[in-house]
Amino acid sequence: MTRRRIDWLPHLILLLGVGIVAFPIYVTLVASTLPVAEIEHGPMPLVPGTQALQSYRDALFMGSTNLRSGAVVSGMLLNSLVMALVIAVGKIAISIISAYAVVFFRFPLRMVFFWMIFVTLMLPVEVRIMPTYKVVADLGMVDTYWGLTIPLIASATATLLFRQFFLTVPDELVEAAQIDGAGPLRFFWDTVLPLSRTNIAALFVILFIYGWNQYLWPLLVTNSASMTTIVIGIKTLLGGADAQTEWNIVMATTVLAMLPPIAVVLLMQRWFVKGLVESEK
Amino acid sequence: MATVSLRALRKSYGPNEVIHGVSCEIADGELVVVVGPSGCGKSTLLRMVAGLEEITRGEIAIGGRIVNDIEAKDRDIAMVFQNYALYPHMTVGANMAYGLKMRGVPRAEIDARVGRAAATLQLDGLLDRKPRQLSGGQRQRVAMGRAIVRDPQVFLFDEPLSNLDAKLRGQMRVEIRRLQQSLGTTAIYVTHDQVEAMTLADRLIVMNAGVAEQVGTPLELYERPATLFVAGFIGSPAMNFVTAVPAAEDGWLEIDDDTRLRPPPDRAPLPPGRKLTLGIRPEHLTLAGGIAPLTVAVELVEMLGADTIVHGRLGNGTLLLARLPGTARVKPGDRAPLGIDPARLHVFDQETGKRL
Repeated sequence: MTRRRIDWLPHLILLLGVGIVAFPIYVTLVASTLPVAEIEHGPMPLVPGTQALQSYRDALFMGSTNLRSGAVVSGMLLNSLVMALVIAVGKIAISIISAYAVVFFRFPLRMVFFWMIFVTLMLPVEVRIMPTYKVVADLGMVDTYWGLTIPLIASATATLLFRQFFLTVPDELVEAAQIDGAGPLRFFWDTVLPLSRTNIAALFVILFIYGWNQYLWPLLVTNSASMTTIVIGIKTLLGGADAQTEWNIVMATTVLAMLPPIAVVLLMQRWFVKGLVESEK
Repeated sequence: MATVSLRALRKSYGPNEVIHGVSCEIADGELVVVVGPSGCGKSTLLRMVAGLEEITRGEIAIGGRIVNDIEAKDRDIAMVFQNYALYPHMTVGANMAYGLKMRGVPRAEIDARVGRAAATLQLDGLLDRKPRQLSGGQRQRVAMGRAIVRDPQVFLFDEPLSNLDAKLRGQMRVEIRRLQQSLGTTAIYVTHDQVEAMTLADRLIVMNAGVAEQVGTPLELYERPATLFVAGFIGSPAMNFVTAVPAAEDGWLEIDDDTRLRPPPDRAPLPPGRKLTLGIRPEHLTLAGGIAPLTVAVELVEMLGADTIVHGRLGNGTLLLARLPGTARVKPGDRAPLGIDPARLHVFDQETGKRL
């Protein structure tokens, strides 16, 4: 008897947890398939409606009355995608190279440089956002992809992660490469990079989502409708006090905004698992 | 194929000198083992030959060419590391081919050379595997393969068998020796294991605290160790050391009041009254009937079958190990009379540790 109770109790708790996480997403999905009127004059039905196709088509290509003219969700998705990809790839590229330099080369002031990178961890984007904006504005990069991405590319966290990983590469491997005649660039390309594959994949997932979710910086640095990102777009879609909110469009946009991060996680999952299994170097 | 000359090599890290002038001429095709306890500088010495450590003072010449300022990759050496240092993400074949690829050897020749090396090392079926799918012994072979495909002038081995179990170690030891002999390549081999050193070496360099204590063939080192350190390091079980003083009247070696040994024959008389250390190898002690010069109180007996190792104490408390035939019947608590041929006594100055 007691045995049975122990069995169903954890299940109940888990189901409850899943419900709490999944229910809002379900509501979002359902709402995106209903006409506006049905959502506004609640109670909102919890069964999918028939307006799905229209809501998503409107969201993607027609825009909404609350958006600045010319902004459609497909454009905003593209902006977000470019931003997230450039930030993720840029961060990985820069940090893997700096970590390589800090770990494998002996140069004057090496530790000073390392600590300089380390110290920037104490300065999150929000703290340095005004001076950064000034610099970007002076360089004429407001409302460009460059302005949107470059200031977010430098990454102390990724540099530190790569450094920790590189420190586990045995010295003998470096020396074997040296004797085999592989120079520093060759060693990086032929050995360090392939060994870092799983770390790169993990970081890519984290950094892509980080880039995708940026709000404050894009809000500052983009003005024109054509440069708006999806996260800002969702906020704009919720009309002001006097404007009507097209809830079905909002919900459809939200669902669309969720898809790329989900896709990245699913695609990269295989690499995660591989990374866990192939623990031996 | 090449000779290697080490000329008064010194290595310092800042003000700390760790190698204090090591010299050795290694002949073409010779296998020289550098042996010593950990921290004696043997690996540093090897790494200096490899070009992985800078040479503070002195010279290294490979095949007559001074290589002090030549980079590791251009010294025409190949090295086998203790942890193998295989590229984990490359296949066995790619691991062996990598050094050749870096040197721009044509693809067809690389394949031929890798194929030959794989056949020699019985790695034929494994060329497409990754190192992690191999056993320790197989990884060791791949590391060897990576060295031999290069066809270098000198092989450098840095404790290559330390990560293997005892049985495999014995097997690989023979294989390495056979391979090195059939290729005729000069080799320097570093190990802390004196048995490995003795079985592999044409000549040994025994190192201690950054100094080459003695350079010689295994038998020379065994029969005429130059210092107390070498005497204690070579041979298993280790040599017994007993303090003795030559008597003024007849030159006999007095260990204590009742124990006197005849001095080794055919040599200049030992300075009377000088404190000496006598070296007695356990295998040179014999169980003597009746009155024998050394009588020990037996504490422990190890029966190994072929041999029996007896641990006993002399009257003055000095521990003495004797390796007796397996037929010897000795029990703990017995008083065992042991004899020694005076010609097999080793005499060292206690102060300097040098052989007299």
